[in-house]
Amino acid sequence: MTGKPLLEVENLKVRFHLRTGTVEAVRGLSFTLGRERLGIVGESGSGKSQTGRAILGLTPPPGEVRADRLVFDGTDLLTAPRRTLRALRGGRMTMVMQDPKFSLNPVMTIGEQIVEAYRAHRKAGRAEARDKAFAMLEAVKMRNPARVFSLYPHEVSGGMGQRAMIAMMLVTDPDLLIADEPTSALDVTVQMEVLRILDELVGARGMGLIFISHDLKLVSSFCDRVLVMYAGRVVEEMSAGALARARHPYTQGLMRCLPTLAADVRPLPTLLRDPTWAG
Amino acid sequence: MATSQAVQGGDGRFDALLRLARAAGRFVAMVTVTLAGLLAVTFLIGRVVPIDPVLAVVGDRAPPHVYERVRQELGLDLPFLQQFLIYCRKALSGDFGTSVLTTNPVMTDIARVFPATVELSTVGVLIGILTGIPLGVLAAVKRGSVVDQFVRVLGLVGYSVPIFWLGLMGLLLFYARLDLVSGPGRLDITYDYLVTPVTGMILVDSIMQGQWEVFRNAFSHIILPAAMLGYFSLAYISRMTRSFMLSELAQEYVTTARVKGLSEARIIWRHALRNAAVPLVTVVALSYAHLLEGSVLTETVFAWPGLGQYITHSLQNADMNAVLGGTLIIGTVFVFLNLFSDLIYRLLDPRTR
Amino acid sequence: MAETSLSNPAGLRAWLLSAEPGSRLQARLGRAYLGWRAFARNPLAMLGLAVVLLLVLVALLAPLLETHPPLSGGDLRTERLLPPSTAGHWLGTDDQARDIFSRIVAGARITLGVVLLVSIIAMPVGLLVGTVAGYFGGLVDTALMRLTDIFLAFPRLVLALAFVAALGPGIENAVIAIAITAWPPYARIARAETLTIRNSDFIAAVRLQGASPMRIIANHIVPLCMSSVIVRVTLDMAGIILTAAGLGFLGLGAQPPLPEWGAMIATGRHYVIDQWWVAAFPGLAIFVVSLGFNLLGDGLRDVLDPKAAK
Repeated sequence: MTGKPLLEVENLKVRFHLRTGTVEAVRGLSFTLGRERLGIVGESGSGKSQTGRAILGLTPPPGEVRADRLVFDGTDLLTAPRRTLRALRGGRMTMVMQDPKFSLNPVMTIGEQIVEAYRAHRKAGRAEARDKAFAMLEAVKMRNPARVFSLYPHEVSGGMGQRAMIAMMLVTDPDLLIADEPTSALDVTVQMEVLRILDELVGARGMGLIFISHDLKLVSSFCDRVLVMYAGRVVEEMSAGALARARHPYTQGLMRCLPTLAADVRPLPTLLRDPTWAG
Repeated sequence: MATSQAVQGGDGRFDALLRLARAAGRFVAMVTVTLAGLLAVTFLIGRVVPIDPVLAVVGDRAPPHVYERVRQELGLDLPFLQQFLIYCRKALSGDFGTSVLTTNPVMTDIARVFPATVELSTVGVLIGILTGIPLGVLAAVKRGSVVDQFVRVLGLVGYSVPIFWLGLMGLLLFYARLDLVSGPGRLDITYDYLVTPVTGMILVDSIMQGQWEVFRNAFSHIILPAAMLGYFSLAYISRMTRSFMLSELAQEYVTTARVKGLSEARIIWRHALRNAAVPLVTVVALSYAHLLEGSVLTETVFAWPGLGQYITHSLQNADMNAVLGGTLIIGTVFVFLNLFSDLIYRLLDPRTR
Repeated sequence: MAETSLSNPAGLRAWLLSAEPGSRLQARLGRAYLGWRAFARNPLAMLGLAVVLLLVLVALLAPLLETHPPLSGGDLRTERLLPPSTAGHWLGTDDQARDIFSRIVAGARITLGVVLLVSIIAMPVGLLVGTVAGYFGGLVDTALMRLTDIFLAFPRLVLALAFVAALGPGIENAVIAIAITAWPPYARIARAETLTIRNSDFIAAVRLQGASPMRIIANHIVPLCMSSVIVRVTLDMAGIILTAAGLGFLGLGAQPPLPEWGAMIATGRHYVIDQWWVAAFPGLAIFVVSLGFNLLGDGLRDVLDPKAAK
């Protein structure tokens, strides 16, 4: 967690030019990331997911990405040729998305998809890639890797699918993982299991992690540092332990929205939104 | 036997087998009903014809007792339902009666002309697939680009132009004016009878017998009508490919593939198209079926001795047995193409297995 | 209030777009106006509409537009197969020395008539079969839909051919044959729409008031199915024109000397190598009109049926 930062983001802006006008999804975001766990929290539409996609260079077509600085381990992501970016994507930085039902290709077996991810970045024969995939499936605690390898995505449960997704994204030993709401589509019972596996793998490999979520409690228990986003900007940055001392009214609002057992809060507080925070 | 093994293999497998059996049962029932319906329709059409089938056999100057005997031979004195059942039994055994025009059994005639139609439609649909799918993919990938507009125009024109007129204009331009292709018919007369019919498809037969001259000539004859038919399936296939690809490219697994750092080419052709291929199978089968239909008009324009021309010839000569036999064959091919596409659909999509 | 504001166009627009329409008529006209504005933004759809209106206009004014009698020709020795733009024949003459332009103009009536008649016959049949099947469900549904499937199992042109063969050639029989093959898709659509409405609360309310099934279908379900069926019919019109022309080309539709466009191509077919115009212009007419209907149908679908639009 020391030394040269893995990722530097300075004044990141993501805009979508639509027929009805320009929508600014991210408006001047800055942070640096070492080999640590950074949480990004915000409600839907706050720009947190677009931040993750912009870093990977996957902003969808009408979108435009600008930044004063967007550097991954010495490579300028804004000026690097596409070939370099492609080698980085999947090779050194990857992403786990929300719902394995949609993020896995329905007509390819799980094994095929993991092997493909590996062979896209390593000169490896089929047998080697297969062994690697087996090892990865084992690492995400699949009881029967050989069986899961030959299953299609619709044949596994949501939790298994997400673990397979993690296996696929970590098979190349990347340095940075962006987890975009990795557990929100899962049953509560398997959420913790998936998080534990993620936690273990990220810790053991000393990777940098950006954990994107709407769940402040979850993020603070899982990460070292937390960014709170509102309307495309960071409204507060703090270490996860200091959550109780949050100063910004939005963060406090987010905190208050959580039900507590100790006190019966009536009326239930609603989230205050002030346009001046965005300005 | 197989079932009891499956039970030992596990409940899930037994369930799957049961589901498969049920689906197969429904399938067979549906095909049976549809085929019976086809037979009923052709039978009824045959009955409302103002042409007296007895007169067609005996001529209008036959004495009454001859007329009556033929009427009984043809089974026309029997009750309606019984006539239908006899008709069904005969049709199922391939007996569509005798063609008045050629005096052959209709089935013999159809067996003779059908390969020519299959050959023409197959080359046509191959042209449609090989051009339509890449064009549709490009139009979807480069949405709003020149290629996209081009595909749109191709589709609109294809849906609006009369196929027989396009064929005539094609003959005028490519045969009469530019002399790039050969004219109507399947072969020049000098090449007739050089190839023994095995499959009945000259392109295939000539390759099998090493007759390259014949192959070249047959190819120069088939290319224009096949290109015309191919254009119509191109219009349809490219439009559908575009819309399937657009919806696939918006799926989350495409983002996953990008995150994995795969090349765009691989993402488009291996990931998105492989998913789009599932509904495309139905489209291809449908367009093949429509080419069989389009062949009725195309064969007339290009003097192509296939089923389409056979049906129109028979129509113009009021040869009802031949017309209804041909109609029934095309309808049956339609039904089986649908069935076939459904099977391939199940093979391509692991979710339906 | 409405009367005063109706006198100027701006007031009319405000009246149409009023958020609180004073009458059902105003509400309906307002919806139609909004739909029209969406439609008018699409230049291709407007082009399609223009072509179709042109067809209607030509069909109505045919006797005035014809430069020569369409059925009887001129001098067979000197005026046969004249190339375009000779001696007052803009598009040339055919083998009977008849003016091709006048024949195409006269043929517009036949084409429009075929399209209208087929829709008038096939649309109610499809609506009836589809709504009844969807409303009653069960055995009725299965039986009717099987029947629909059987008709769909035949290629349209081939089935139409078989019917014409049975009924005898002629334009009236061609119309009947095409109508018989045209209704199944409408039945499918009407059934699908009916299934989505049949269990809604307002239908239950009407049923509680004691309305008979036929009344519910006719007064409450059919109007709601209309827009999607109309879109489909418009999209089918090009197909109807092409099928009619195909039958005419094979000599089974309109009989000579009627100036039906498909039959005109059939005549021109024998001269296509040397006198290309005899076949070329009627085909062009078919193409333009079909294209118009296709563009119009696409535009209508975008406005009336946003779900199906891609």
